[in-house]
Amino acid sequence: MSASPYLSLQHLHKAFGNFVALQDINLDIVPGELVCFLGPSGCGKTTLLRIIAGLEVQTRGVIFQDGKDISSAHPAERDYGIVFQSYALFPNLSIADNVAYGLVNRKVARDVVEKRVQELLTLVGLPGSGAKYPSQLSGGQQQRIALARALATSPGLLLLDEPLSALDALERVRLREEIRSLQQSLGVTTIMVTHDQEEALSMADRIVVMNHGCIEQVGTPTEIYREPASAFVADFVGQVNVLDGTVSGQELQLGDMRIPLQDIHASHHPAGPVKVYLRPEDVLARPILAGDACVFQARIQEVEFLGAFCHVHVMAPAISPQALTVYLSLNFLAEQNLQAGSSIPLKLMPERIKLF
Amino acid sequence: MTLALTHVKQRIHWSEWFGFAGLALVLLILLAFLAAPLLAILQQAAQDDQGQFVGLRNFISYLQSPSLLDSLWNSVWVSLLVTFIVVPLAFVFAYALTRSCMPGKTLFRSISLIPLLAPSLLSAISLIYWFGNQGVLKDAMQTVGISQIYGPAGVVIAECFAVFPHVLMILVTALALADARLYEAADALGTSSQRKFFTITLPGAKYGLISAALVSFTLVMTDFGIPKVIGGNFNMMATDIFKLVIGQQDFSKGSVVALLLLSPAVLSFAVDRYVSARQTAMLSARAVAYQPKPDVRHDAIMLMYCALIAVLMLAMLGMAVFASFASFWPYDLSPSLRHYTLGLVDGEVGEGFVNSLKMASGTAFFGTLLVFVTAYLLEKTKGMNAVRAPLQLLAVIPMAVPGLVLGLGYIFFFNMPSNPLHGMYQSMALLTLCTIVHFYTTGHLTATTALKSLDAEFESVSASLKVPFYKTFWRVTLPICTPAMVDIARYFFINAMTTISAVVFLYSPETKVASIAILNLDEAGDIGAAAAMAVLIGLISTVATLFFALLSWFVDRRTQAWRVR
Repeated sequence: MSASPYLSLQHLHKAFGNFVALQDINLDIVPGELVCFLGPSGCGKTTLLRIIAGLEVQTRGVIFQDGKDISSAHPAERDYGIVFQSYALFPNLSIADNVAYGLVNRKVARDVVEKRVQELLTLVGLPGSGAKYPSQLSGGQQQRIALARALATSPGLLLLDEPLSALDALERVRLREEIRSLQQSLGVTTIMVTHDQEEALSMADRIVVMNHGCIEQVGTPTEIYREPASAFVADFVGQVNVLDGTVSGQELQLGDMRIPLQDIHASHHPAGPVKVYLRPEDVLARPILAGDACVFQARIQEVEFLGAFCHVHVMAPAISPQALTVYLSLNFLAEQNLQAGSSIPLKLMPERIKLF
Repeated sequence: MTLALTHVKQRIHWSEWFGFAGLALVLLILLAFLAAPLLAILQQAAQDDQGQFVGLRNFISYLQSPSLLDSLWNSVWVSLLVTFIVVPLAFVFAYALTRSCMPGKTLFRSISLIPLLAPSLLSAISLIYWFGNQGVLKDAMQTVGISQIYGPAGVVIAECFAVFPHVLMILVTALALADARLYEAADALGTSSQRKFFTITLPGAKYGLISAALVSFTLVMTDFGIPKVIGGNFNMMATDIFKLVIGQQDFSKGSVVALLLLSPAVLSFAVDRYVSARQTAMLSARAVAYQPKPDVRHDAIMLMYCALIAVLMLAMLGMAVFASFASFWPYDLSPSLRHYTLGLVDGEVGEGFVNSLKMASGTAFFGTLLVFVTAYLLEKTKGMNAVRAPLQLLAVIPMAVPGLVLGLGYIFFFNMPSNPLHGMYQSMALLTLCTIVHFYTTGHLTATTALKSLDAEFESVSASLKVPFYKTFWRVTLPICTPAMVDIARYFFINAMTTISAVVFLYSPETKVASIAILNLDEAGDIGAAAAMAVLIGLISTVATLFFALLSWFVDRRTQAWRVR
């Protein structure tokens, strides 16, 4: 990490009674980056966010924000703005009063507050809605107001707790882009909790994948997707085929196919049975040239139509007794006149294979 | 990194001390005015006259006294009988209100709730005019085989009227919670309406029925006014307590009876808590509300039934009103205000009304304040976890404590010369506090429900914006919850106007309230004046209800504008 961290979590541990929610969490977040906590429900990501906010208290461990130890600081003594899944807008206050809620308390002059509110409403794309009440706005608009309220006091840290999960699909994509560009233009360090991998992959500078209260992997979206550090990460982020193989000597045996470990970039993998992780897009249907390695025959079982690309379920007894999923373009299927029952040669990309 | 290994505790923010102080204060209040009096009864029950500990001897001597055992049995069978009569009657009424398209639902509902506006003994007074020694229908009654109304017959009939609205409200709630999809599914399968009733409606209202039966049983068991007025020589536990404590000054036996009276209430309370938790879980958030469809025959039958009940109800209450205006029952029925002047001036009930209004206003104001602030602190603040569970418990205990028992506890606790609060004994302040505590739980549950419906993250957002919690309480929580608060205030006010049971032990000549004055008038044989004063209480309660309706309309306009889309 080149820059010194803005937020540093060290050995955080959280237990609710006998249940361990977080275990030895260590994480540094640099100024201005957007970090996503990604994981299935119950993995501790929201608890971690609430601990950073001071809404929950860690059992052990320390938190530094901007060089200050805030481990035992009350939420009111910390510097952050927060947006919840439920928006948590004050329903009886107008939009302008909601946005100004934190400003009014700071004894700022009224006209300054008003100017700031207008500025923020413009920033989130809702100028002129100040006189309305929250219930008069759509979910997406309410979430934009919640964002404006959180940013009003110019906090050093922005916390987003599943901000998009209550919205419909279209609104979600739109707001996702807006939040990202707003965050980049303001340069505010941001942590977002989500269980939606697409959201994390498209928005984050870095993703923290969590499971069972532990961090599985921290990395850029590409790293997480291409170089998953564990079977859980490979499984949770993106689709993956899991096949049974065996490592012996310097080779991976996958059904009848033998692949040198060197090609898989896993030269030092210990011998024995392994799980072979292979993403659907890493199985190619063309171009297959004479002399290509890792080619196998497959028989199409079912074509799941999803638009430009189809999920094609194939049986390839040569490499696996279970079915495999590959992505093939609609055009390719039409061009080759492929349908359920057809037989095609496929080629897998050994350098993309992961062994766990 | 040694710091990393130590257990972390969050620093207490200065604003949190306000919450802590509030919680501590509320705990002290509930300990002093609820827990301590109840413990005083326990202590008293295990002592003899000299204050020596005697263990269970008082209980044993209770069991050896045949007259007291008779009362126990009387209380039990009367309560059971009333329950078996009222619950089916109220169920059909509730069914008509929720599952038919008959006209006049609002009217029927209002009529059925009228008994709540007057002291329960009003129905007993009416019965005396209908069937008493000089009653209009005395002969008709005797041909049916009831020789006189004073006694079990009168108690049972009067209790039926008094308990009806309580039972009805529970059953209406239970029947209103129906998932239309179940009925649609049944219709799609061609189910007969009879089968739908027994397989969907009745099981759906099961918990409501259990709840209603328990409430009915407990209310009858612990009611004091009706058996006092119309019971004659028919003794029940509630009247026993009064006689033992006020008449014979036998505090030990009185507390034994009080404890026995407490047990069915506690039991039904426990069952009710269990049942109501199940009831809410039954209806998922995705259920579709049931809308009754017009059906001429069904609606007509329901209309006739409701009309019959309403007429009975009005006849019952109307008689008291009519008689209160009669010059000299039954000989001169020309209208006069004789009973009113007699009651207000000679019977000094006028002063009682002033006291009643003082007490009811105090109860409504301070009670609402106490209930709401407590519910807020419990629901929305953090910290001081050690006092939260005891407070939660203290907030729901009053529902299980009959007023007579609470009042008795107050005598024991506040009449102790060594008690620093002894000075409060028989004061208006103590009457008010006792009434607040007596009706605490309903208010608490209303406030808690209102608070739970607010987003749980308001306080988190405020903290992140550095706004102290009490500012958010003032600017957001309070305005949103004002309708619930008006509701709580109305409930406190009406109940304070009509209550007898707890305060009957606690008044002094200076602090006698109107409902007690009625009891005294009846005791003195001035039944006409008693009827007049009971009618007057009903009138005041009605005016108060209208006032609170107006207030809530006004409050809605001022604070709930945001609800309109």
